[in-house]
Amino acid sequence: MAALWAIFYRELIRYWREKIRIITSLVQPAIWLFVMGGGMGAAFNGPGDVSYRTFIFPGIVGMTVLFSAIFSSISIVWDREFGFLKEVLVSPASRESIVLGKALGGATTAVIQGMIILIFAPAVGINLTFSMVVKAFVTMYFIALTMAAFGIVIAARMQSMQGFQFVTNFIVMPLFFLSGAIYPLKGIPGWLAALAAINPLAYGIDLLKHVFLPYHEYSLTTDIAVMAGFCVLFLFLGILLFKKDG
Amino acid sequence: MAVIEVTGLTKRFKEVEAVKGVDLTVYEGEVFGFLGPNGAGKTTTISMLCTILKPDGGQGHVAGYNLWREKDKVRQNIGLVFQDPTLDRNLTAYENLWFHALIYSIPARERRERIEMVLKMVELYERKDNLVQTFSGGMKRRLEIARGLLHHPKILFLDEPTVGLDPQTRVHIWEYIHKIRKEKGITIFLTTHYMDEAENCDRIAVIDQGKIIALDTPDNLKQMVGNNIVYINSPEAAGIVPFIKEKFNFEAKLVKNQVVVEVKEAETFIPALLQDLPFPVTSVAIKKPTLDDVFLKLTGREIRDELGENHRTPGFSRRRRWR
Repeated sequence: MAALWAIFYRELIRYWREKIRIITSLVQPAIWLFVMGGGMGAAFNGPGDVSYRTFIFPGIVGMTVLFSAIFSSISIVWDREFGFLKEVLVSPASRESIVLGKALGGATTAVIQGMIILIFAPAVGINLTFSMVVKAFVTMYFIALTMAAFGIVIAARMQSMQGFQFVTNFIVMPLFFLSGAIYPLKGIPGWLAALAAINPLAYGIDLLKHVFLPYHEYSLTTDIAVMAGFCVLFLFLGILLFKKDG
Repeated sequence: MAVIEVTGLTKRFKEVEAVKGVDLTVYEGEVFGFLGPNGAGKTTTISMLCTILKPDGGQGHVAGYNLWREKDKVRQNIGLVFQDPTLDRNLTAYENLWFHALIYSIPARERRERIEMVLKMVELYERKDNLVQTFSGGMKRRLEIARGLLHHPKILFLDEPTVGLDPQTRVHIWEYIHKIRKEKGITIFLTTHYMDEAENCDRIAVIDQGKIIALDTPDNLKQMVGNNIVYINSPEAAGIVPFIKEKFNFEAKLVKNQVVVEVKEAETFIPALLQDLPFPVTSVAIKKPTLDDVFLKLTGREIRDELGENHRTPGFSRRRRWR
């Protein structure tokens, strides 16, 4: 338990030390919401009778959480590069506490990032209520934990930062573009729909749509069940990979 | 009492047999040196003793626990200082130690006191709230030594503790190592390829090509290569040679007007000689064999030839990347 707390708390300290990251990470979502959202708005005739800016809001919140959670897990590769991972792995700390501490730490910082994005809500035509914020918080944590765990699975076997570009191009971007974050999933070509159906993030972002929009793709139960399944699977795989390392 | 006891330890990486059956016994409270050139199997062996690498064969106990079945207990009872730094540069010195205290389950009420104590020991207390990235190489190494002691290990493993440090810092690090041994009575197991540092150890194992080729005290190892050489300068040099022959039955030689004699122990020979010598002596010099000579004698190669390129096992990188 102490080990889990140590690893969790270290993530928060490191996050807080990079305050500049907190500010710069607002830039990309803002561009999506106002530049992309504004530009595409005229051509968009989507479901739920909402403007494009409003429509992509849950997706952009989800994107922020996704990037932040995955990259915080990928920092394992930095820890490996700078040797710190060795200090953790040769300790008697249980592998479960290492993986859970890292995932929860990364998830927490990702949720803080996601919560900051909520300040844009009024500007895209969403009137935040208290219950909405609470639901968004819980949903974000769910997404963040799943994605942080996914990041750990990827990072567990990555030996150098060269793999970083690979992860961005082949994993993070496809996850995002196939999640229904920036277009509705109904009516997309069959092969795209098939890919979206196995994308954990699609269900997470759909949960956020449940929170913010009068529109969603899947039922609440489907979203929660699929996400929970992926979350447990990734955490389990992560622990397994670390156990194999000794 | 033995704190490390292993027999027949082996490890192979693909086609290369890095460690070919190492037997070792290390006793409580000793400073045990592991000496050998790069690529000899030092780091591989130490990694197996620290449970970082899984041995392919052999058996043994470290700190009283089985190397195979009680890995976590072994880990709890050993302290490690690696060749390359393993600190979090973005945390302060105190935070690095705090993190260590937690992952080694040090009780909450003891944490602060212990952290402050080890920081004072390595003279970093004043810098405790500075980020590690502002530390010099020597300071980082000291902090790692402090961290390795924080959880009160029975054995402290130091892999090349002074590599890459300037001579002054190296001396300083050695002072700490001796202080730790004196104050805490813990066993210290270290690897080095510096001959002069190996002489700080109580016992030394010389490893070459994955096998221990000698194991003894530095003095005994040196005696293995032979005698001390004593050089005597005197205006009456020619008279000293027959005197030594007569009194000690040693064959002294006259080389360039200097008496050169091989003796077992210069420390006892010189006073004995000077006591009765009827001639004036202007200077005396001693050449003692070094561990370099030992290595040369044992392997036919000089240890310093081995630094850098590894000729014997091409394509094999000794420093495996750690996960």
